[in-house]
Formats: sequence, structure tokens, C-alpha cells
Amino acid sequence: MTKDLPEPDTGAQFTRACAENDHKVHLLRQMVRIRRFEERCVELYSRSAIRGFLHLGIGEEACAVGVLEALLPEDAVVATYREHGHVLARGVSMRATMAELEGKVEGCSRGRGGSMHLFDAATRFYGGNAIVGGGLPLAVGLALADHLQGRPRVTACFFGDGAVAEGEFHESMNLAALWHLPVLFCCENNLYAMGTALELTESETDLSLKASSYRMPSWEVDGMDVIAVEDAARHAAEVVRTGGGPHFLELRTYRFRAHSMYDSDRYRDKAEIEGWKSRDPIPALVERLRASGVLADGDLERLEAEVDAEVDDAVAFAEAGTDEAVEDLERFVTSEPVQRLASP
Amino acid sequence: MSTTTYREAMRQAIREALISDDRVFLMGEDVGHYGGCYAVSLGLLEEFGAERIRDTPLSESGFVGAGIGAALGGMRPIVEIMTVNFSLLALDQIVNSAATMLYMSGGQFNVPLVIRMTTGAGRQLAAQHSHSLEGWYAHVPGLRVLAPATLEDARGMLGPALEDPDPVLIFEHGGLYNVEGELADDAGPVDITTAAVRRPGTDVTIVAYGGTLRTALTAAEHLAADGVDAEVVDLRCLRPLDTATFVASVARTHRAVIVDEGWRTGSLSAEVSARIVEEVFYDLDAPVSRVCSVEVPMPYAKHLEDEALPQVADVVDAVRRLGA
Ligand SMILES: Cc1ncc(C[n+]2csc(CCOP(=O)(O)OP(=O)(O)O)c2C)c(N)n1
Ligand SMILES: [Mg+2]
Repeated sequence: MTKDLPEPDTGAQFTRACAENDHKVHLLRQMVRIRRFEERCVELYSRSAIRGFLHLGIGEEACAVGVLEALLPEDAVVATYREHGHVLARGVSMRATMAELEGKVEGCSRGRGGSMHLFDAATRFYGGNAIVGGGLPLAVGLALADHLQGRPRVTACFFGDGAVAEGEFHESMNLAALWHLPVLFCCENNLYAMGTALELTESETDLSLKASSYRMPSWEVDGMDVIAVEDAARHAAEVVRTGGGPHFLELRTYRFRAHSMYDSDRYRDKAEIEGWKSRDPIPALVERLRASGVLADGDLERLEAEVDAEVDDAVAFAEAGTDEAVEDLERFVTSEPVQRLASP
Repeated sequence: MSTTTYREAMRQAIREALISDDRVFLMGEDVGHYGGCYAVSLGLLEEFGAERIRDTPLSESGFVGAGIGAALGGMRPIVEIMTVNFSLLALDQIVNSAATMLYMSGGQFNVPLVIRMTTGAGRQLAAQHSHSLEGWYAHVPGLRVLAPATLEDARGMLGPALEDPDPVLIFEHGGLYNVEGELADDAGPVDITTAAVRRPGTDVTIVAYGGTLRTALTAAEHLAADGVDAEVVDLRCLRPLDTATFVASVARTHRAVIVDEGWRTGSLSAEVSARIVEEVFYDLDAPVSRVCSVEVPMPYAKHLEDEALPQVADVVDAVRRLGA
């Protein structure tokens, strides 16, 4: 007898709504982690604890977080030199990331890569590539390997609008489409390649239109809206994973700061920068979550305090880290006989 | 004389070329609105306009190839590639087109093109922004390869390079741009075919170029304090090499140390060493010695990068081991 069945829908809906709300708070937390991490990087750079080139993604956090939320652990990620957000959103620890930026052997690349070359085999993070466009052919190859071995996995490949001008972009788009490979191309279009605006470098500035000429499904997405990015990426990744061939997402975004710590940012209009800052993905999400009652008074402050503690801990970890022994300078130029290679 | 920097000297050389020859234009990534990735061309867009200070897309193969075409078409392009590392995306155009065109065409088509690029390490930029690959280009017949190491050469090499009917590559070490010094107000064209003795000495010859010249000169000062009188030769022109200058020096000093920021294997230092052995073997009192970068992709961490690069102490040690 099943006379007093509970109303199934309400309960399930309630559970689902709770899960969805928790998830949105999770997205917020991820973006705040990246923001606070990078803000701390600026301080560390000014006191020379971090050196070399440092490219910040402040303003662009929704792109990394939204896409990486849509991936599974077995998927692969290929990124650029502006990849702190991607590596953190992928689940690499803040400690290992900060230690890398400080050049310590505890860093995710043993201090040999630095900010531009973050790698992590455990999460299939294939770098931080500082050759513009250099990651795209790599992503095609990773996807080819999955295709040949019948593995239902996605390779997400991040690159900037500047990379679209490189031959490697066109060669890779064509190969991926021609061979129907499981690549999710994620173009973070922040409208500038260093100091050169998109309209000064592209005859066709509609990048998703350009991508679609390779017969690849392509969308433009509001890269300042993490939920929109995640929705688009989830949808695309699902199709890519199930044999739908490569997809292209143009994430429309903006970097709030200069290209790198060396850049005096002479080429952008202050009003343009302020306009984009008013669309900051973090306050935008906070407002939505407050309006829908998901964030109560004090929740954001608590979350920020937790993140600050995590950043403090990461910095302490990095500063307590060790310099690699100089005798090991020549290790890993070639594989060591006993070295266990990262499983593909 | 006035005080200036290597960067400013280079900028004045470009300005002068633009002013004196309408066929000259500068093209490359971020040369205009950004002002040059190392600020060499800062202000030139405002002075000369966007036709002559031409920002390009990130298309190294494309715009280097376009530079070759423009040179064939009667222009005198100065193409800037941000760093030698990115020139690899244009390697095909440089090696397979620029360097071969005259010969392949039986002498009909020369390519009067100048390509400038930054090279070298020392700023913790890691393995994709730090390598010294000028030795690769010095391998290729059909190219002239220059390495200005002083303010005079930064100011004076570009003009003659533009007058050269054939492709010229100019390598600017990234560590030199901020170097300050005195430059004659009427500084102008310099010779681009010979090496130069930068410090005369009698006990040992230290051969260097580009970014390692300062290392060699500093090492020479340290050695002088210990009573060793080192002669320092600046190669200046990496292809064709001016063999006579460094060979004559070694014939006088009887000892040679070569300092090269490239990797030892198959390097310019190997070529210099071979020529010394070929020409003045019987004048040597000790084997030729080399100080090069350790054969690793350049690491980020400062202490590892320092370890990987030729340092003053390494040069001093190398000289001492020769018994000078
Ligand atoms: C092949 C190559 N050329 C030039 C550079 C120098 N460079 C580094 S980042 C950059 C701008 C790239 O812009 P974009 O692809 O839009 O990415 P963003 O920096 O905006 O994230 C340039 C020109 C490089 N790293 N690699
Ligand atoms: Mg960009």
C-alpha cells in the first residue's frame, strides 16, 4: 500500500534548488579565491618575491571558473601565460601555485616555470604556454589521442583574441574540425593583445563568425557572467564529449589591469576600463545571490575571510618553501630512467 | 657627448632611418600604440604615423614574409620581432625565403630587409622568453647577423644594415636596453663587418658578443686586479665572422676563453674555437676554453637562472685554469 506517498516533486525540487544555490556560492568562492590570490601577487611582486612576467586575469575570473566547472577530472586543460585562475579553478592547490610563483621547489612546476608555466599532471593541466597560439596544436593532439583510444574526454583549450591572428589558430581549428576531435576551444576575448586593439589586428572582429567558417559550432558568451559561461561550457562540453566534434566559445571579457607588470597601459581609454569594471563578475554575482536570498548578511564577509586565510596560508607555505638544489639544475632535460611519466 | 641609453640610441637610429629614407618603415607587434615591447619605438607612431610605424597582428610568419615581399618591392622595411623566441614562428620565412632568394634566383632578387629582435636571459622570464638562438641564424648563408653590445653600435649599426642589399638580423640583448653611457652627439654609422678589441691586453683573449661583452669586461677588471692582463674581443658581426681579429689577438696572447650565452653544443663559441684551432693552433699555450649557458631550458627561479648563465666568476675561473 502506498497511500501516503510524499509529494515527490516538491522535495526533489527543494533539494535541487539547494544544490543549485550551493553551487552558485561555490562559483562565487572560486572567483574570489582567484581575485584575492592575484591581488596578493601584486603585493608580492612589488617586494620582489615574484619576478619575471606576471600577467593577471583580474576581471576575467568568470571565464576560467565557468568553463572549468563544466569539465570532469579526466578532461584536459591547455592554457596561456595568463593562467593563475585556470589552475586554481582546476583544483591545483593555492599552496603549490604560490610556491611556483615564488620559484620554490614545492611549486607545481618545481619553480622552473614560474607564473607563465604552471603545470599539473594530477589534474591534467598541460600548462601555461607563453608562445601565443602555441597551445592550440597541443590541444588538438591531446584530443586526437583520446579519439584514437576511444576515451570520452574533452580537452579545453584557452587562448586570447590575439592568438586568432596566428597561423597555429587556423591550422588547429581546421585539423580539429576536419578530424572531428573533442576540443573545446575557449577564446578569452578581452579586446586587446598587449597594447593592440582587436580592430587593429583582425579584418573580421567577430571571432565566433570566424570560427564557424571551419564548420565548428560557435557561440559568443558574456564572459563577465559566470553562470552564463558555465551553462554554455556545460552544454558544449557535453556535445564534444559525446562525439559532437569540436566547439568554439568566444568569451567576451576584459582585463581590468595592464597586460603585465611591465605595462603602463597607455593604449586604453580610462572610460572604457571603468565601463567594464562596472560589470565586474564578482559583485554581479553577489548582487544576484543577495537578491534571491541565497547570500544572507555576513555570508560574503565570512567567505572572504576564509579565502584570505587560504591566501595567507599559501603565501606562508611558499615563503617557507625551499630553493631547488643547484646540483639538480640539469634534471628533467631528459627523462630519468626511474621517472614515472605522467599517465596520459 | 651626452648621456643616453642603449634603448634611446636604438630609437635614434630608427628615427634617423625614417627621416632620411622614405622607403624605410617599421613593422611588428606592438611597435605603435604600445610603444614597443621594450619601449624602443615609444613616440614614433606619434611622430611618423601608422603607415610607417605599423602595428601588426600576432602573425610572425605573415609579417616577416610581408617584410621580405616589401623589400623585394622596393621598400626598406625594418621588421621587429619581439624576441628571438617568437622568431621561430617565422623561421621558415627567414631561412627558406629571405636567406635563399638571391641565390635561388641566380642573383636576380636580393632582399634588403632588416629584422631586429631581442635575445637573451637574465630577467627570470623562463624557458620560452630567454634563449639565445642567434647562433642558429649565424649558421645560415645569405644572412648577415649583428649583435650590437655598445651604445655606439646600437646607434650605428642600423643605418649600414639598411644599406646592405641583403637581409640583416640585429640581435639586441634584453639586458642592455637600460644600460646608460656617454655617446658622441654626432655618433653615426659604424662598420658592420669587423670584430673589435674592446680592451687591449697581453695575457689572454676573452671573446664575447652582445650580452656577454659586459661579463667579459668585468671579468677582465677582476683579473687585472690579480695582475692578469686580458684582451677582450667583441665579435659584433656574428655572420660573417671576422676571424682575423680574434685570431690575431690569440696569436698575441696565446690563450683564449670564449663567452657565449648560447648553449655550448653546436654554438657560436664552438665555431670560434674551431677557427682558433684551425688558424693559430701552434700559438696556443693552453687549450681553448669556453664559458656557455648550461644546457637546460632556462629555469624561472633566480638562483637556478644565475647558475645556468655565464657569470663573471665563471670567466675568471676559466682564465685561471688556463694558467694565465
Ligand atoms: C608567438 C608570440 N608572439 C608574441 C608574444 C608576445 N606576447 C605575449 S602576450 C601577447 C598578447 C596576446 O594577446 P591575447 O592572445 O589577446 O591574450 P591576452 O594577453 O589578452 O590574454 C603578446 C603579443 C608571444 N608571447 N608569443
Ligand atoms: Mg587579449
